[in-house]
Parts: sequence; C-alpha cells; structure tokens
Amino acid sequence: MKNTYDVCVIGAGIIGAAVARELSRFNLKTVVVEKQSDVSEGTSKANSAIVHSGYDAEPGSAKAKYNVAGSRVFEDWCRELTVPYRRNGSLVLAFSEDGLPELEKLIERGRANGVEGLSILNQSDLRAREPRVGTDAVYALLAETGAICSPYDLTIRLIEHAIVNGVELKLNFEVNSISKTDDRFLVSSAQEVIECRVVINAAGVYADRINDMISQDHFCITPRRGEYWMIDKALSPVFNSTVFQLPTAMGKGVLVTPTVENTIIIGPTAEDIDDKEDVRTTAAKLEQILEIASRSWPDIPRNRFITAFAGLRAHCDRGDFIIGKSSDVSGYYLAAGIESPGLTAAPAIATEITCQVVEELGVSVTDSFLPPPPAIESFRESGNQRRRELIAADPAYGRIICRCEQVSEAEIRQAINRPNGAKTVDAIKRRTRAGMGRCQSGFCLPLVLKILAEELRIDPADITKAGEGSEIISGHLGGDYHD
Amino acid sequence: MIKNHVATQADTIADLIVIGAGPAGLAAALSAKEAGCEDVIVLERDNYPGGILQQCIHNGFGLHYFHEELTGPEYAARFVKKAESSNLDIRCTTMVIDLSVDEDGKHLITTVSPDHGLIIFKASAVILAMGCRERPRGALGIPGSRCAGIMTTGTAQRLVNREGLVPGHRIVILGSGDIGLIMARRLTYEGAKVIACVEIMPYSSGLTRNVVQCLQDYDIPLMLNHTVVDIEGRERVTAVIVAAVDPKTKKPISGTEQKIDCDTLLLSVGLIPENELSRQAGVVIDNATQGPEVDQNMSTSIPGIFACGNVLHVHDLVDYVTIESEAAGQAAAEYIRRCFRKQTEETEAAVQPLQEGAGSILFRAGSGVRGLVPQYLQRNCSDKYVMIYFRPDKIYRQAHVKVLLEEKVIIDQKKKIMTPGEMVTVRLPIESVHKQIDKLEAIKIFIEEE
Ligand SMILES: Cc1cc2nc3c(=O)[nH]c(=O)nc-3n(C[C@H](O)[C@H](O)[C@H](O)COP(=O)(O)OP(=O)(O)OC[C@H]3O[C@@H](n4cnc5c(N)ncnc54)[C@H](O)[C@@H]3O)c2cc1C
Ligand SMILES: Cc1cc2nc3c(=O)[nH]c(=O)nc-3n(C[C@H](O)[C@H](O)[C@H](O)COP(=O)(O)OP(=O)(O)OC[C@H]3O[C@@H](n4cnc5c(N)ncnc54)[C@H](O)[C@@H]3O)c2cc1C
Repeated sequence: MKNTYDVCVIGAGIIGAAVARELSRFNLKTVVVEKQSDVSEGTSKANSAIVHSGYDAEPGSAKAKYNVAGSRVFEDWCRELTVPYRRNGSLVLAFSEDGLPELEKLIERGRANGVEGLSILNQSDLRAREPRVGTDAVYALLAETGAICSPYDLTIRLIEHAIVNGVELKLNFEVNSISKTDDRFLVSSAQEVIECRVVINAAGVYADRINDMISQDHFCITPRRGEYWMIDKALSPVFNSTVFQLPTAMGKGVLVTPTVENTIIIGPTAEDIDDKEDVRTTAAKLEQILEIASRSWPDIPRNRFITAFAGLRAHCDRGDFIIGKSSDVSGYYLAAGIESPGLTAAPAIATEITCQVVEELGVSVTDSFLPPPPAIESFRESGNQRRRELIAADPAYGRIICRCEQVSEAEIRQAINRPNGAKTVDAIKRRTRAGMGRCQSGFCLPLVLKILAEELRIDPADITKAGEGSEIISGHLGGDYHD
Repeated sequence: MIKNHVATQADTIADLIVIGAGPAGLAAALSAKEAGCEDVIVLERDNYPGGILQQCIHNGFGLHYFHEELTGPEYAARFVKKAESSNLDIRCTTMVIDLSVDEDGKHLITTVSPDHGLIIFKASAVILAMGCRERPRGALGIPGSRCAGIMTTGTAQRLVNREGLVPGHRIVILGSGDIGLIMARRLTYEGAKVIACVEIMPYSSGLTRNVVQCLQDYDIPLMLNHTVVDIEGRERVTAVIVAAVDPKTKKPISGTEQKIDCDTLLLSVGLIPENELSRQAGVVIDNATQGPEVDQNMSTSIPGIFACGNVLHVHDLVDYVTIESEAAGQAAAEYIRRCFRKQTEETEAAVQPLQEGAGSILFRAGSGVRGLVPQYLQRNCSDKYVMIYFRPDKIYRQAHVKVLLEEKVIIDQKKKIMTPGEMVTVRLPIESVHKQIDKLEAIKIFIEEE
C-alpha cells in the first residue's frame, strides 16, 4: 500500500501540532511525521511557557504580528482543549531611574503592535503587587495580558484533537530526504516513504536542514541554548506575575515565573551552540542564572531546586519568523526560525498556514469535525467529592503512584490508552506529571515501569525514557542482560 | 495551599492514627497499644507494611535492639508478626493526602485507597512516621545530559530487590551514603561493574562498616574530595566526568577532570525527611534536621501530633528508630489519656504547646553539633533520662562531647572517633538537671577537640 496524503507536516512541536489540528477542520488527508518517540520532545517541552503580550517584538515584524494575534486567542485554545492557562500578568523590572525611558520605549512598541493593558508601576505599586521582588527595582512595566501555560500539554492535546479528526501521526519518522516530481513530494525516512501534495516544514532547530532538502532559498538556524532552574511548588505563592528584567550592562536578564503547575522557573541563559541536540545544563550557566536572578528575587532558596533543564531556540539568520509559502517551490510551506515568541504565536501561525494551504488545494470544511477527546481527569486537581466519585467509578483512582504530584494509577493507564498514548516514561510524565515533582520519579519510576510494561505488553527492560537507546534498566536479575 | 475540606465531616473516628507502617510507625503503634491505647489505626500507602526495610535485604539490622544480626525484611517481620498477634489495625494501600487540625483540636486525616475510596479520619492524636525520600539530581544541579541511566540508589535498590530488575552494567555512584555503599556491593553481586564511588566530602557519609564491607572488600575505589561535573550521553549515559574539588570551597579544580565510561550513574546524595503532610498541618520544621521540632516525648509544635523515625531526622540504624518510636507511641497514649480525662473532668490544659520559654527548655547545638534531636525538654518531664541524638559536622578524633548547664559541664564523654555518617547519642539523666529545671532556659551540647 502506498502512503499517499494531501499534506505532510514535518515536526510535532507546538507549531506542527497546531497546524495539524487546524488542517483537520478541512477535507484533507494529513500526516504528521516526527523523528522522536513522542510529540513535544523538542523545544516545545523546554521553554519559559510564557504567553507573551507582544511589547517586545519589532513593530512590523512577523514576530510582532503573530505574537499579538496568538496571544489574543491563546486562552480560548487552552480552554477548548482543557489545558491550564493563567493570565498572571508580566512585569519588566528597571533597577535604576535610567530604566524608565527604556520601559516607556517598550510601552510605545507594544502600542504600535496593538498590545493592550500596558502601564508603568512605581516602586510602591510594584511592591504592593509583588512584595518579594528585589528592593532595588524602582519601576516596572506591567503587561496585563501576559500569561502562563503548559506548552507540552497544549502540543499533546492538539495532536490528540487532530488524530480524532483523522490526522495520522508517525513517530520515530526522521525525514532524511525529500524529492519532488511534478506536483508530488516524496518524503522519506530510512524505513518509509510518504507521497503528498503539500509539505509543511515545522522542524524547529532542524528547519534549515529540511529546507535544504527542497529549496534553493537557504537560511541558517543556530541553536541558542537556554538553561533553567526549577523550584519546588511548596514555595509557590512567592510570585504571582512573571518577572522579567530590563537588559542591563550585566546581560540580557533572566525571568522568574510561576508555572501553571505552581513550581517556579528561573532562567533562561542564551548561548549559541553547534549541536542541535545538546540540551545539557552547565555548572557555569546555572550559577550565572542565580546571580542575575537574585536582583529580581534576592532570597532564592537554593535548597529548594527540584531540577534544571535546557531548551534550544531556533535562531534564524534572517532575524524573523519565516511563515507561509516558499519563495521557490510550490506546495512547500514554512514555519521556520520559530524562536520566542513562537509558542505564543503558534495559534496564529497555524491559522495563517492553514488558510494558505486550503486556498491552494481548494478544499472545503469537513462537516464532521469532532470536539477534542476528554482530557485525563486529574486526581490532584479534583475536590474531595469528585475524588470519591472518581474512585467509585474506577478504583485505580484511589491508588496513588506518584506521591509528590498525587498522580493515580487510573491517570497513568489513561495516558497510555488514548489517541497518541504514552509509550515512554517521559511521555507519561508530560501527560500526568508523574515523576515531575520534588522527588523527580524516585518513588514512582518502578511503578510506572510496571504499568507501562503491562499495558504495552512488553518487557520492562524494553521500556525507554524517550525512545530507542534510552532504556531505563539493563535487564533482569540472573544475568538475562539486554545489550 | 489547597484545602479541600472546609467544613469537613469525618467518616471514621479513632483515638490514634499512625501515618506510615515502616519500622517507626509499627513500633510506635505497638507501644501505644501496650500503653493502653486500644483504638489505633496505622495507615500505609504501600501494599505491605515494613517501609523501606522491605528492600533492604542485606543484613546488619537489629544488632542493638535484638542483639542479633537480621536482614531488613526479617527485622520488619518481627514487628509485623507482633502487630498480627495483637490485632493491630494496619490499612495498606491507603495513602494519607492531607492532614489538618480541626476546630476542636482534633486532627483530620484524609486518605485514599482503591478499595475504600476517600476516607476522612478524625483522631485525638497522630504519629507522623512517613520516613524520608532521596535527594534527586536536580536538587544539586548536577550539570550535563538528562538522559536515561541516572537514578537514585534507593530507586535502584527497589528495582533490584523488589522487582528483580538491574539498572545497568557499568556503574558510577555519586555520594557515599549507606544506600550507595550497600548498592555498590549488591550490584557487584549481580555481575555489574561498579567502577567508582565518588564523594565530594573528605569522608564517607555512610557507616564505616559499610565502607569496609561494601567497597573495600570488593576493591571498589572511593574517590574522596571528588565530584561529577558533567554527564555525557544522548539517549543513555555513556560517561561521566569526575573532577577533584577544593576541600574548602567544594568547587571543582580545573585540570583534574577525568572521564569514566559507564552506562549508569547512581546518586546517593542525601535523604530528606518526608514532611509535606507535617507542613500542611502547620507543624514547625527544624532547618537543620528538616524534620519537625520535638520535645523529649517526640511531641511536635502541634499538641497531639508526634513524630518518629526518618520523618523526624534521618537515621542510619533502624534500632534507634525503634527506640525513638516506642517513646513516641507511649507519649501519644499518655496524651490521649489526658485528653480523655480533660473531657470528663475539665481539668487543666492537657498539654503544653511546644515552644521555648514557659513550658520547655531548649537543647542548643553548640560547636560541631548538627541536627540535634530533640530540640526541647519539657519542664514537667517525668522520665528518668532523655536520649539526645546529633551528627558531628566533620570527623573528630579523640574529642569530647559535652553537655553544658548554665556554665557547668554535666556530661563529658570522650569519643575515639565521630563521623558525620554515624549518629551520636547522649543519654542525659533527668536528675542531673532536676534542681534547675524550673528556671533553666537552655542546655547546650557541643564538641570540644583536645
Ligand atoms: C529557552 C527558550 C525559552 C522560550 N520561551 C518562550 C516563551 O516564554 N514564550 C513563547 O511564546 N515562546 C518561547 N520560546 C519559543 C518556543 O518554545 C518555540 O518557538 C516553540 O516551542 C517552537 O515550536 P516548534 O514546533 O517550531 O519547534 P519544536 O518544538 O522544536 O518542534 C520541532 C519538531 O520537529 C522535529 N523534527 C526535526 N527534524 C525532523 C526530521 N528530520 N524529521 C522529523 N521530525 C523532525 C523535532 O523532533 C521536533 O519535535 C522559547 C524557546 C526557548 C528555547
Ligand atoms: C535504602 C536504605 C538502606 C538502609 N540500610 C540500613 C542498614 O543497613 N541498617 C540499618 O540498621 N538501617 C538501615 N537503614 C535505615 C533504616 O532502615 C531506616 O532508618 C528505617 O527504615 C526508617 O524507618 P521509618 O519507619 O522511619 O521509615 P520507612 O521505613 O521509610 O517507612 C515509612 C513508611 O511510611 C509510609 N508513608 C509515607 N508517607 C505516607 C502517606 N502519606 N500515607 C501513607 N503511608 C505513608 C511509607 O510508604 C513507608 O512504608 C536504611 C535506610 C534506607 C533508606
């Protein structure tokens, strides 16, 4: 059987997932191919998770346009998909009087971009809003439309929604060549070939490599690594807003923000690297973050870190997002150079690309568009009455597997048995939060392994953290080693 | 903090609830029962009682308490048997998810289990015996790749000893806590190669006997004053980079890096008492021990809530866990008796809240003393003696442990050697403080080198 589709989306990050979901509203046969073992394994799982209000981008740029448009619909997207979103407001701190004109410049830029709800706070208003903020912060820009969300959750839910509406997802499919004959593309991995009429490049830091396979209009993407610390949710009420700093002579500044899961993240750094996979953290940068962030938050509790992580910005040498129809190959579309505010912009980028594709292919809206499949109901977030009902309906809701985040066995089994169900330990983590709490899976890992092995009917020794080669254990007692 | 039970109705009433059926919870419940408290329920989230001992299949348990050498499961089994014969009500697969104090001073304990659903207990007294958890990699910010093949030694111990699964072939262990040392030997038995045990301090944080029996006997090098500065590997660990550290600043010394090829990095970098429930209830936590502040009865800052075992402070020997927990059980039984008397006779306040000043005397940690427990001595203490536990802040040879009472040294014990890996115990006879007990404010414990 020949694998023929109308559209092939390359990459299942937030952009690919959003595009796929939007395309699924139309009478199109769409496939999403992703080289990793799950969706959201690239940049979309490791970023600041801020829905930017849009005062930062250069007026007139694609970044500004899609940021502001994305931010306006973001809450609706999250609500429809039952993804956490909190409009907590963003602050940009100025640490001296000289900062005031800088903040005013940001306001002007924001207004030019069409951002509402921007104002300047003086020190006492600032302290009234965020009492824990460093005392040498004298002014702040308040962006009321700034918000926080869960980027991986949104990506996962978009793909689930796309799948129930007929989109196919091929994981572990690494595109290594693309050819075009007449009006057909052949998109190949080492194992499989896909034929399609439209290719959409949403390959994140690899978008330049994919582009080189099809187009003569080259650009270059440099991974720009950002490292972070994460702090125990026990400290959560420390900050309500997302707290940025004005860039100073000391550097670009880092942010301190609550997450929708009530942990706190501090970061990121910005460092250009060569390797598109190198998301390691480094001692020097982790230390630097604390030094810079201590101006925003003087008493960072160093004994409350639960993890450190890093993500790669897809920094494009053209300096802006590249969105839409390619300049030289018909049927080829790009969403490239999607660094920050790419998460915020995703809904708007997806809508734009979908409009262009639909127009080119001349297809109609489907009359059987289904709502998203129900989200996994969380034990942790339910009230006691609801918990009683959940356990009565499914006793596995009464068996807590992850004690730090209070994730029940029922949730883990649901995470496995659903559209694009979890097959790896990290996939479970992103769908349920099991292992994301303060003990970082020390207690639940053996239990999660067991449940995964049981549901997938495979040997625990074959269960991976995030795809082949990342096996969690090496084998069974008694020398039955896997190599 | 999310509170789910505004205006909560309890489903079940009990005199005493014990949270955790590890050695601490079992000993506390049994001794409360022996002291006359019949209505005790032990709540345990695991499928079986025994706590962490279930996975400690090595021997070395019980030398002090039973004067025999037992394995962890054997030690636990003695208490489980006793619990069976005395009809102790242990409810397994039942996790406590919330603890709070009701308006009437009683305690509300919210639990879930697959068989009974969500149940809220109301109890006069509660004993916290939740044990501890391991400090994860992220808490230390160990840099490098975040691939597979990195886990804590306790997780590895559970995988090997309870699930029959082996974590890796070529192993480096970071940290030399007891579990790390035990696992170095255990994995060697299973055919894995333990290449090195890397420790940032100039000494092991484990028991000396474990360093000898688990590393030295198997020629596993213990690299003191060293740490892991990077982890390599994309999918799974392929190597770790180890460097020497400056003993004073603990910062890696550049130029001393060496690469060790391995597929697994196990972490044994510290245990943290599991006090989320205690915090929810508002129990005051001591920064040094990370456990509740308690008096000599193991009574916390909230009347009627007691704590014992690893949730109170991390122990290295389970025997002391048992002794401490028996004291907590007796005290809880006594507390319940007094509550009952108070209800029927309207007598004086049942207990003194735990705080410096009026009711109690502070035990103050002087030089060299870390993690002192208990933190307070109640003035109305009727015991013959009080056991004081602490850890020295470094290795001491031929040093003195002294107890100072208003300028006067009342105890002076010379110790050949003290290491941070081994808890020091001091027995303080109450008669030695009796005369001053009314006006005394603090008793100081410190180490003095010769
Ligand atoms: C440190 C940092 C902080 C950020 N903070 C914010 C923020 O606060 N707010 C905001 O709006 N944005 C933020 N961003 C930007 C945002 O995270 C990104 O713009 C967004 O996640 C990009 O999504 P994506 O789908 O383009 O890329 P990705 O999520 O990386 O997805 C691309 C996918 O393509 C796959 N792929 C690549 N090559 C191939 C191939 N050959 N075959 C098949 N599949 C392939 C990859 O495996 C990957 O899954 C931040 C980024 C970073 C790094
Ligand atoms: C890996 C390891 C190796 C050790 N090796 C030795 C040794 O060789 N020799 C020696 O003498 N000592 C050893 N010890 C020390 C000794 O075993 C411990 O000090 C002892 O087990 C502590 O007892 P505990 O009851 O306080 O805690 P645990 O044994 O940890 O028991 C706590 C119990 O509480 C339960 N619990 C926690 N929270 C909840 C909740 N919310 N709801 C319901 N139940 C809950 C847990 O499931 C657990 O069963 C070792 C300890 C560890 C961790």
